[in-house]
Amino acid sequence: MSDDVKALSAQLASDPQSLVFLRLGELLRQKRQFDAASRVAKHGLERHPHLADAHDLLARIFADAHDYEHAFDEWDMTLRIAPQHTGALKGLAFLYFKIGDLAQAESHLQAAKDAAPDDPSIEQAFAVIRGEAGSTLAAPPPPPQSVVAVGSETVAPLPDERVFAGLEGAQEGLLLLDAAGLVLGGALKTPEGADVTEAVAAYLAGVSQESARAARLLDLGSWRGLSAEGQGGHVYLVQPTPESLLLLMRDRSLPLGRLGLLAQRAAQVARQWLERQR
Amino acid sequence: MSAASPMGRALDLITRVRGVRGAMVVSRADGLIVAEQLMEGIKGGAVAALASSLAGRLQRAMVSAGLGPSQFWHLQCDHGALLVVPAGAAATLLLVAVTEADVNVGLVRLELLRAAETAG
Repeated sequence: MSDDVKALSAQLASDPQSLVFLRLGELLRQKRQFDAASRVAKHGLERHPHLADAHDLLARIFADAHDYEHAFDEWDMTLRIAPQHTGALKGLAFLYFKIGDLAQAESHLQAAKDAAPDDPSIEQAFAVIRGEAGSTLAAPPPPPQSVVAVGSETVAPLPDERVFAGLEGAQEGLLLLDAAGLVLGGALKTPEGADVTEAVAAYLAGVSQESARAARLLDLGSWRGLSAEGQGGHVYLVQPTPESLLLLMRDRSLPLGRLGLLAQRAAQVARQWLERQR
Repeated sequence: MSAASPMGRALDLITRVRGVRGAMVVSRADGLIVAEQLMEGIKGGAVAALASSLAGRLQRAMVSAGLGPSQFWHLQCDHGALLVVPAGAAATLLLVAVTEADVNVGLVRLELLRAAETAG
């Protein structure tokens, strides 16, 4: 343990109510000791639940650990407490960029710039989003493997019905299909609780092929996602593999951008599960 | 299509957004183009048919799932996007926009929804 960490730990131990946990958590994050950093941030949040900087710290720890879903939640909370929080605005811009929602990314960056016009990192981020920093940066990278780590369940093969084990809504709003529309995993229920898994799966057969054909005809490259807004909720479709289709369904309270993040995470889980079935 | 007609005005609303490569009004039932303002080289007829078919599949899936009819859908691709909203009386038409990758999707969505009212 470095002297800095020891010193800050000692300071925090002597005054648990102090805000030194922010510096200690940040230092541990920079040293990539994410578990320790997360513990420090969470203990700090227990004492200061309405401190925007503490939520921002925890979000950055989650983001560095590739836990983008929780990072989103924490930055979202930061903005509820402090709507002009530059760190949270930049963080959310980063997450939207990663899922390819450039409009949302740019919108959050613009809000960050309005709040902190002299921050040079915002212009750099704008350059990346607009592709001015080179094509390798302009293309959102695929979600890293660690995004989908769900405790020990990623290690052992899962039984068929548990393809989405550990993911929110696995038995009511997630569905994995093969190219012919046969259900491989997950389940769908209407808001009233009726099981509509098979009916929805049947209607979605062929969506992958038609999306790919439309993209090809328009010279748009490969399709990455298909989102649809309904009166009672949203759906997001992605292709975990060329032979499969994943549908994520949520009510309208969940923004489409967030739905995209969840879908990418579920697709990664599905991809690993499909590989294990071979 | 005359720009002064309701459909021409609807297409104008969409295509004036920076990054939009073209827009079409498509018959939902048969996938035929009713009106279009497309950049040269875009295979409008084939895309219209596919958009209509995809819209039908999504519509049936979403209604089955209890989510109601689809109001907007967005096909994200590596180099652009296809954005669609229903339009017309009883949603018998589709408004389709073809965009580049760096387009402001929120703005196109807004203009599509406005144009859908104009076209209706």
